[in-house]
Amino acid sequence: MATTNIMIVGVGGQGTLLTSRILGKMATGAGYDVKLSEVHGMAQRGGSVVTYVRYGENVAEPIVEEGQVDVLIAFEKLEALRYLHFVKKDGVIIVNDLRMDPITVVTGQATYPSDILETLEKNRKTIVVDATKKSKEIGSPKSFNVIVLGAAARHMSFAKEDWLKVIETTVPPKTIQKNIEAFEAGYAMSV
Amino acid sequence: MAESKIMLGNEAIARGAYEAGVKVSAAYPGTPSTEISENLVQYEDIYCEWSPNEKVAVEVASGASIVGVRSMACMKHVGLNVASDPLYTMSYIGVKGGMVIVVADDPGMYSSQNEQDTRMIGRASMVPVVEPSDSQEAKDFMKYAFDLSEKYDTPVILRTTTRLAHSQGLVTLEDRFEPVDVPYERDIKKHVMMPAMAIGRHVAVEKRLNDMIADGADMPINRVELNDTSIGFITCGIAYQYVKEVMPEASVLKLGLVNPLPRKMIEDFAAKVDRLIIFEELEPVIEEQVKSWGIKCEGKEIFTRQGEYSANMIREKLLKQDLKLDTKKEVPARPPILCPGCPHRSVYTVLNKLKIHAAGDIGCYTLGALAPLSVIDTTICMGSSISSLHGMEKAMGKDYIKNWVAVIGDSTFMHTGVNSLMNMSYNKATGTVIILDNSTTGMTGHQDHAATGKTLMGEPTYAINIYNLVKSLGIENVYEVNAYDIKALEETIKREVAKDEISVIITKSPCVLLKGNVFPDKCVPVPEKCKKCGACLKPGCPALTRNEDGTISIDETMCNACGLCMQLCRFEAIVKEAK
Repeated sequence: MATTNIMIVGVGGQGTLLTSRILGKMATGAGYDVKLSEVHGMAQRGGSVVTYVRYGENVAEPIVEEGQVDVLIAFEKLEALRYLHFVKKDGVIIVNDLRMDPITVVTGQATYPSDILETLEKNRKTIVVDATKKSKEIGSPKSFNVIVLGAAARHMSFAKEDWLKVIETTVPPKTIQKNIEAFEAGYAMSV
Repeated sequence: MAESKIMLGNEAIARGAYEAGVKVSAAYPGTPSTEISENLVQYEDIYCEWSPNEKVAVEVASGASIVGVRSMACMKHVGLNVASDPLYTMSYIGVKGGMVIVVADDPGMYSSQNEQDTRMIGRASMVPVVEPSDSQEAKDFMKYAFDLSEKYDTPVILRTTTRLAHSQGLVTLEDRFEPVDVPYERDIKKHVMMPAMAIGRHVAVEKRLNDMIADGADMPINRVELNDTSIGFITCGIAYQYVKEVMPEASVLKLGLVNPLPRKMIEDFAAKVDRLIIFEELEPVIEEQVKSWGIKCEGKEIFTRQGEYSANMIREKLLKQDLKLDTKKEVPARPPILCPGCPHRSVYTVLNKLKIHAAGDIGCYTLGALAPLSVIDTTICMGSSISSLHGMEKAMGKDYIKNWVAVIGDSTFMHTGVNSLMNMSYNKATGTVIILDNSTTGMTGHQDHAATGKTLMGEPTYAINIYNLVKSLGIENVYEVNAYDIKALEETIKREVAKDEISVIITKSPCVLLKGNVFPDKCVPVPEKCKKCGACLKPGCPALTRNEDGTISIDETMCNACGLCMQLCRFEAIVKEAK
């Protein structure tokens, strides 16, 4: 099979690393060759953060480049827009309807675009989820990233049971129930 | 079937060291090398430590090697500069037990102050350099590096890059090999590098390099993949993967040993291909040598010396493909910033208010150079804040630096900052040094150091008291201040910078991300009292945003109730509440 390219973007601290590791385990479990690439160190401190997951028969490079993303998972709107040009013409964007102002906007050096979702929708197939709101509803504000992942799961070829199994073995034991609930909620939001 | 596991490059390096039978490892944290030690510590039978700096780490590994056990040291590329002194001479001394120095370069500078290429230092110090291309090779090459080290009687550098260190791939696990320790023998001709002995060792070093050049073609880490011969690549490290991604049919000479180069193997390969391309990130280390042998090849005239390489770079620059990519949208930048509740923000807010310049250093606090805090004026390298402030004072006089301070973190102070402070004391300096003591090595993800009271192996230990250490250098004006108390900070800084003496202010407050830190409270805005002046927003705390009506919101999932915004509000429009 051709290699599947997934890109996870967000703001440092939103859990892109955990999400890419869950995806890595999914693909390994399914018997694929897998490569992941992460960002550590300075870039993590509230900055724009990108991780990549690639799986297929034989994967060489560990990053996904411009124009090659099959599924873009974005935990924040501006970050989705920043990496829109990475997505294939027939790729899909799963975006959390969340606005987080970067410091350049807070200090007035730049303006947060008002039409992000429209721009995304005009250019690529886009699924918008309000994971931040949903996570508060299920009483677990920090699990919004797993909700977004749940929504994205519909656009990948793994079985739902396998997702749940991997989540169980990846997240901290105390948070398993909440994370499963979050995944189910996200899965139900995206059709 | 052997167990196989998805592993980070750094995790695989640690696994390789374990399987190779390493017994002693010393390191100083530095992105992208830190996770090697953090993974190594989980294996029994290996002594692992955080040393105060990379020079010490390489010397610790050297001692272990001299008495006959396999040892290693790990660091980021700039750390090797600090460790250059023992490196260049250990090259002469050689090894008893195998010794590997893992050095992580950072093309693209994700978390570094420069983009230097460790292969150049390998050449200069006449130390062999091996470079893997994925996690599996990271493990395998680590083991092979120990074999090379013992066979050729030399320390070996294993070079990685950020992309390799921080990407994950499948790795097959094997059992640990238990090497027999080499019995110690007194041998001053080899172990005491005074001139008469060193002259003899220099000859041995050159012979060793020539042997490796001759043996290179037979080393399994160098390999020719002969396919279509119209284009042939010589490549190494992660760059190899980009070649395979775009041109799996091309011929490739994949070098695992990148110093010294296997000349005969390269000449033979060059003779078989019509067009020879050298595809190497950063400096033209291979290219310049190949060209010096009179072999026609192309490299840096096509590909840049800067940043990371990619598959698209080959498609565009070499194959001249039009990738028909969408244009990148113009969007506001999102640079990294200090975390909500970070104690550095509070100190910088005061320095900013007092219009004081800061000679900065290496750590999270370097971010204080950017708006809105805009406090840091200079950053050179680990420990340089204190010594460069000293240089400014000697150049311009004591009055000139009364609106300057040096700022340095606790871990960086223990690394090399203490030497600089010793120098200030000795050479009759004046000036104010602020030690931002957050009880950890923050930027690299919370590693212990000599002043935290815990070792890398998790054991409690003596915590060097920074206050007493500074006092012992003969400095009278030493003050500890709560980093969140902006009133006390302002008073202390104003008073100390005015003095014609050395002052050290230790601002104390643990990093908010430290494990075990609990924040029971949160800051809450009181919109009725808000005058919309924006004073609370000035320090740029990411938990605060301005609402459309001019009042503010505070994100409760981010707020740690550090109280900085509360102290800045003159209208009591922010209060603390229990979460």
